Amino acid sequence: MKIICNNINFYYGSNHALTDLNLNIEENKITALIGPSGCGKSTFIRTLNRMYEHIPKTKITGEIFLDGENILTDSYDLAELRKKVGLVFQKPNPFPKSIYENVIYGPKKHGLKNKDALDTLVEKSLRKAALWSEVKDKLNKSALELSGGQQQRLCIARCLAVEPEVLLMDEPTSALDPQGTLKIEELFHTLKEYYSIVVVTHSMQQAARVSDQTAFFLNGEIIETGTTDDIFTNPKDQRTNDYITGRFS
Amino acid sequence: MEKKLIRRRRLKNALFQGALISIIVFSILILLLLLYQVFKVGLSHLSLSFITSMPSRFAARAGIASALAGSIWTISLTILFAIPLGVGTALYLEEYANKKSWFTKILEINIANLAGVPAIVYGMLGLAVFVRFLNFQRSILSGALTLALLILPVIIVASQEALKSVPSTLKEGSYALGVSKWQTITGVVLPYSLPGILTGSILAVSRAMGEAAPLIMIGAAGYIGFMPKSPLDSFTVLPIQIFNWTSRPQAEFQDIAATGIIVLLVLLLTMNAIAIVLRNKYQNRMD
Repeated sequence: MKIICNNINFYYGSNHALTDLNLNIEENKITALIGPSGCGKSTFIRTLNRMYEHIPKTKITGEIFLDGENILTDSYDLAELRKKVGLVFQKPNPFPKSIYENVIYGPKKHGLKNKDALDTLVEKSLRKAALWSEVKDKLNKSALELSGGQQQRLCIARCLAVEPEVLLMDEPTSALDPQGTLKIEELFHTLKEYYSIVVVTHSMQQAARVSDQTAFFLNGEIIETGTTDDIFTNPKDQRTNDYITGRFS
Repeated sequence: MEKKLIRRRRLKNALFQGALISIIVFSILILLLLLYQVFKVGLSHLSLSFITSMPSRFAARAGIASALAGSIWTISLTILFAIPLGVGTALYLEEYANKKSWFTKILEINIANLAGVPAIVYGMLGLAVFVRFLNFQRSILSGALTLALLILPVIIVASQEALKSVPSTLKEGSYALGVSKWQTITGVVLPYSLPGILTGSILAVSRAMGEAAPLIMIGAAGYIGFMPKSPLDSFTVLPIQIFNWTSRPQAEFQDIAATGIIVLLVLLLTMNAIAIVLRNKYQNRMD
């Protein structure tokens, strides 16, 4: 197991957003988190790299083990954690800088200065994100000139450049057109060779197409987890069945 | 019925547009009239010797060298004090301070109020604090510090607005890479807000350059017969020199006051041009 979550409870002020969550994330697998809006998927994914720390009045209890170490302790270095656990956002958010600068932003801030090493890293990251062939001749152009789908793959490349082990993706295709979505979904299959991936998605077809494991969230609780095949063909809980057959959304 | 309504709306639209255009034409006309007056009177006296000569009691020999040098000294020091302090304060208020605490709220209300305090009051403050209490005398340093205080609130408020405009998604993108808060500020927040910060600062510094009242209050001289060599020298600035000339009875001095205004205008426009070029350079990188 790459990540083991034990009894996670999460609060925004007095609002109890996640209740007694237990979830295991397997190494080099894709875990999809599905469920209706506001059920806590995005909140949960943000506990795995402690992004909630930037929101005032949040509180978390429980344990999250990454490779056996509890990341929720104060002694776990936040920079180290986020280098290991990358996050790709719902809407592409490239920095208003060149494509090249976007990719090297993280490594550079973490102290990598050697020009050759940075150049190699840019190529490697962009290749892994399946963007290299499209941008290799315009690395110094602004990232904002790219299409939405390309921007999202650039954000993935930016994330890969700090050499993470886990990739969190919060509805990475919900702001993209079908073509952009297809490219990202194809990318999932190559990326899981190197990374453990957790993806939040609103599209059940997407979850079924790309993931190995699925967890169904409802009202801040995990109702059911299992292999994607099981969840979609043979759900054990009535509520899971209702959701995947589209009886509520 | 329908047609009548549309016609009425069109008429309203045209009227409003016409009103706006006449307002802008009116204000530009007034500006042009003023400039025409200044250039008609002042241009004939503009020469290299006017810029390199000291003031004199003979209008024909009088120049603006010491006031020009004083203005450049004062404004450079003002920029040096006010911009880092103002941007720093704005950064603290926007990025670090707890927005909901009463202390932050009181700070913000006071800064906004300070922006409306008359310049002469800052002059009195400068006289009491810098000239007397800190004993900087009637020096360039006292003047620059006073002007810095005067424009500080404007710089802070403008910088805060610029910082507020940075999308939180960009900051989160940086945090998610394990980048620290300060590195995010230097790497994403400041580059993004720089054009806005510069625009606010340009306006504020231009205002400081045209101020005479607070500097007269702290005792800047009306006549300086030497070039200032250090921040502790006594000094005068262009607006004071111009004011001094206009208040003399002889017509020749009135004329060279206009020439002084031309020099001040050129200095202001040069500074603004530099700042605008800088701003555009950063803005282009953003688009």
